[in-house]
Amino acid sequence: MAAAFMQITTGMFDVAVVEAQSRVSDILTHNQIQHFAFDPIYTRQFDATHHSVAGLEKQAYIHGSGTSEEAVATVAVKNYNNAILNPIAAYGTKATVNDIIESKMVASPLRDAEISEGADGAIVVVLASEKIVNEKDVNPIWIKGISYATNSPNFETREWTTAKYAELCAIKAYKQAGINNPQEEIDVFEIDDTYAFKELQHLESLQIFGKGEASKAALDGELDKKGSTPVNVSGGVLGVGNGHDVNGLQRVAEVVDQLRGHAGRRQIRGAETGMAFSWRGVPTTAGALTILSRN
Amino acid sequence: MMMVKKVGMVSVGITKFMRRAKETAKELSYYAAKMALDEAGITRKDVDGVIIGSAPDAFDGVHQKHEYLTDGSGGFNKPSMRGYVGGGTGVFSPIQGWYSIASGMHDVVLVTTEEKMSSVLPSAQAAFLTIFDSMIERPLGPNLVWIFALEMKRYMEKHGIPKEHIASVSVKNKSNAIDHPSAMLGRKFTLEEVMNSEVLCDPVHLLDISPVADGAVSFVMMSEEKIKEFGISMDDVAWVDGVGWNVDTTMWTNRDLFYPKYVEKAAKQAYNMAGQKDHSPENLRKWLSFAEPYDPFNYKELHHLEGLQLYPKGKAPEAAFEGMTARDGDFPVTPSGGLLGVGNPIAAAAGMKVAEVYYQLTGKAEKRQIPGEVSRGLAQAWGDLMQVGTVLIMKGGRVE
Repeated sequence: MAAAFMQITTGMFDVAVVEAQSRVSDILTHNQIQHFAFDPIYTRQFDATHHSVAGLEKQAYIHGSGTSEEAVATVAVKNYNNAILNPIAAYGTKATVNDIIESKMVASPLRDAEISEGADGAIVVVLASEKIVNEKDVNPIWIKGISYATNSPNFETREWTTAKYAELCAIKAYKQAGINNPQEEIDVFEIDDTYAFKELQHLESLQIFGKGEASKAALDGELDKKGSTPVNVSGGVLGVGNGHDVNGLQRVAEVVDQLRGHAGRRQIRGAETGMAFSWRGVPTTAGALTILSRN
Repeated sequence: MMMVKKVGMVSVGITKFMRRAKETAKELSYYAAKMALDEAGITRKDVDGVIIGSAPDAFDGVHQKHEYLTDGSGGFNKPSMRGYVGGGTGVFSPIQGWYSIASGMHDVVLVTTEEKMSSVLPSAQAAFLTIFDSMIERPLGPNLVWIFALEMKRYMEKHGIPKEHIASVSVKNKSNAIDHPSAMLGRKFTLEEVMNSEVLCDPVHLLDISPVADGAVSFVMMSEEKIKEFGISMDDVAWVDGVGWNVDTTMWTNRDLFYPKYVEKAAKQAYNMAGQKDHSPENLRKWLSFAEPYDPFNYKELHHLEGLQLYPKGKAPEAAFEGMTARDGDFPVTPSGGLLGVGNPIAAAAGMKVAEVYYQLTGKAEKRQIPGEVSRGLAQAWGDLMQVGTVLIMKGGRVE
């Protein structure tokens, strides 16, 4: 979407279509494919699974931010629950904190129910220049900020406690959109939660909450649909399903539905401004952010 | 004519192209990227956007390989984006550099195109099999040589082209490459040698094909304001004049193989952006000083020259045979030596073509320098599932 945005803002193009799709169910040996994304000389030889890398990161994050297992489980419960109201979601379900905490340990401290499951799907968005928007009878949602960033591909040199790529994205997009206080100025948040702890880590790295404060917000219900900072009302990646490279556009699509008032029973009333943030997944440190607005 | 922000290429970095590099893909990228930064007289701190172009992941044997390449390419802690349209990538990546800057998103962009073909054992052909449609084409076990044999045959049949005319492109390009310091091949070939080389899949012979290689090419691109701010001389600048890209259907059955319609569409987009509305071959050959069309196979250079509107359909082979496209000919084509001569590390190969346009326009092509005034050049690549055309036109720093 950033590429389409740039193409249009050069003035050379008026309309751009962006498509993303997932047929993750075709993959029989997911872990082996992800394994090929590890550095062939330094890290592939350890035969680590991609979930084990996420496990290490979760350990670094919860230790560094003082986040409890209950807070992480609360995120998973919220997102599975939110997905019940989303007709495109694959994994909507009522769950309890105990269901999550008692689920099978996959890569300590990461448990099965904190990990998103694969989903097939496709999303298309259409971007147009202001000129075209004014000519056509459409209900536009404006891009106020858009950014993307990568930290380090190496396990040895990347940030583990914080999501550096999210921090870099936020600095640029907030500047573009003129946002000083994201928690106050943004009404709906769709934030990557490929693993439950990532939602909290991303919220902090995006400067929406201070260090260690996202977990408190989760436990206090602030991140719920009815809370002061609703996050992943769609159900997130946990609830909708992990479509890998489709996840980013799915975040965008939910924000657009919310801002247009098309979110049905998930609707956040009066939502004016929204944020979509996506992460590329293990073993990458790449993320992309957009801030969208009705105005 | 709309006003699009001016974007200039200010430096190039290029590695040697080799059959089996000892360096990792990261290291190849690093050498090219570092050389481009040094040539431009800037450091990574000055860069605010990074483009990493590379063809299918399987070649480097690394899944999501642009992520793996981010540090070598200078993308660490930067906005990094991948360019990936198969063989078209090497020209598409600097196009992405152009739109990153022309949009106002970034000011200084480092573009790296890289490919390490030798990681695939026993041969890159095995990895190519995975790019085809899993239901319709893959069961046939296609490899690129026989697919191109179909296209070459169709092209020859349609226009009644003698094989000698096509083979002359191999002779010219491999000979031009003798003067390229990055080239894998460095000797003259005779027409007889090309004609009598081993038949791989009729009508394709061994010397009709470019040799697989490992290599990387990088560019630094900047907005006009930044070029002024850094005090870069106009002698070192090549301005982006026009860009175009186009995708045709992936179904072989739905395109006529004798003519690359997608290249025509991409070229016309680029000509129009550059303000050139007269697309007649005579006018375009006068307007452009030279061209670097994609030549993974010798017939493709001719095929592409026609798609680019530089010769009428079926007329490029004769012009090539008569020496019109030689470096000192009427209209020089592939003065670099091309993929046929310099080598074919997919994304980096087309990157090398863009590099040649830069070198020629800034008078830095040394022994390859085209005689006379060189004001405007075109690089074109082709790829994806053989249905993508990408075109980049640049002009000299002092050309209005």
